[in-house]
Amino acid sequence: MQFELKDVSFSYQPDAKEPKYAVHHVSFSVEKGEFLAIIGHTGSGKSTLIQFLDGLLKPTSGKVFFNGTEITAKGYQYSNLRRLVGLVFQYPEHQLFETTVLKDVCYGPKNMGLDKEEQQARAIRALKAVRFPEDSYEKSPFDLSGGEKRRVAIAGVLAMEPECLILDEPTAGLDPHGREDILSMCRELQGSGITVILVSHSMDDVAEFAERILVMDSGELKYDGAPKEVFRHVDALEGIGLSAPETVYLMRELKKRGYDVPEVVLNTEEAKEILLDIFKK
Amino acid sequence: MIRDITLGQYYDADSVIHRLDPRVKLLFSVLYIVSLYAGRGILCFALAIVFLAVIIALSKVPVKFILKGLRSIVILIVLSAFLNLFLTQGEVLVRFWIFKITKEGIRIASLMVIRIVLLIMGTSVLTLTTTPNDLTDGLERAFGFLKIFHVPVHEVAMMMSIALRFIPILIDEVNKIMKAQQARGADFENGGLIKKAKAMIPLLIPLFVSAFRRASDLAQAMEARCYHGGDGRTKLHPLKYHRRDVIAFLLQFAYLAAIILLRIFLRAFPVEFL
Repeated sequence: MQFELKDVSFSYQPDAKEPKYAVHHVSFSVEKGEFLAIIGHTGSGKSTLIQFLDGLLKPTSGKVFFNGTEITAKGYQYSNLRRLVGLVFQYPEHQLFETTVLKDVCYGPKNMGLDKEEQQARAIRALKAVRFPEDSYEKSPFDLSGGEKRRVAIAGVLAMEPECLILDEPTAGLDPHGREDILSMCRELQGSGITVILVSHSMDDVAEFAERILVMDSGELKYDGAPKEVFRHVDALEGIGLSAPETVYLMRELKKRGYDVPEVVLNTEEAKEILLDIFKK
Repeated sequence: MIRDITLGQYYDADSVIHRLDPRVKLLFSVLYIVSLYAGRGILCFALAIVFLAVIIALSKVPVKFILKGLRSIVILIVLSAFLNLFLTQGEVLVRFWIFKITKEGIRIASLMVIRIVLLIMGTSVLTLTTTPNDLTDGLERAFGFLKIFHVPVHEVAMMMSIALRFIPILIDEVNKIMKAQQARGADFENGGLIKKAKAMIPLLIPLFVSAFRRASDLAQAMEARCYHGGDGRTKLHPLKYHRRDVIAFLLQFAYLAAIILLRIFLRAFPVEFL
């Protein structure tokens, strides 16, 4: 187990008379190499939750373990954890500050105390992993397009070569093409053995790629399971302000009209085959 | 840690003083300062204390909050008390080494301390009971006459309220950027002065970039809604004087008149130590 959260709660005002909890009694664990998605409505506590994993927030109560070590323990040194767990915040392009793309990506490795050559080598590997064009390495990060900036920012985290990559809404504000790029990049990274945790409120983003989905609702963990399992609860998901992927709705309509189709279909390819079958009959 | 900073010192409560027009409270601040310097002697200050005490009681602001404002000027108070106490010539009461305490020294020092304390407490009533937005609104109207002399009153007031509005947003932004850089291994806490200053660069550059981006976004949004400066602009909640404002105006002028009359009276008929 890479991460283990035990009965974790968090309140921004723990001393208030009736504290409001951003995260309330949440327990789950993450295996190494998993592709996990956390979904939930705005304010459901998903962004708070991922900050525990990087030690940026300390839960008000409960324990968090990383590779068997309790990171919520007193006196725990976060520097090693932050190297091994890469956290990419929402709109990560707002963190860029250096004069060139390459220097900016070097910032993380530099903080790790690596020598110059190793910094550069890691930065280049990270930029290649996000498929950033080589001829733009010396450009100012402020001259790039939105999608390019985001890829540089993600590379900035990847350059630390973490064991686990956590991305908070990485596709927000990107066009369909940029979105596709980021998601397939996530899958490639997972293929190379990195644990990927994706936070999103777009069902279509997570349905196709995630192996497991956690559903958060007002600070509580509602569902934890494989996509096919979770999206079976379409009505309950809609009740908490979420939805299911388009294909799930399509199958539901077909079923209503008496066709024999599976209840939950998550990718468009599969849905296409089913539709073609129906037309053939 | 940055979340803990409270801005301005507005204390939210529902009181007559809170509801007063900001212009009334602005004038009160000025009149009260004038009264503290116009008044001489213990009787005048007693009147000033009573007047302020009534206002504070009406405002429902806990005295604790008002006293907090004094913390920053403790050194000033102690210093002026000390200097007046030892350096005033007159009838010597105690003498040791090169210092001597005189009767006049005690009198002047204590009046000085009372004056400074009242000055700070009196003016903090304004900021404690008026939201920053009301305050800029009030300032804009109160200084509106300066437009005749081509002073851009509206523009300055608009800049003030935008600046105030942006402070919490920028604090939020600082927190976000700090966390993002910490996730990349930045260390803001350890190291010497130079190392700490250097660690601020990855924080400040994104902050400035985002401040400029927000400024230009806001400018565009304002233009898109036809903002063209203060001329002919109407307000959603225009400032209007109510009966309570008129009464408050009259009361504060009555108070100032009382202080001045008291002073003239005491000069004509001097009473020992008053």
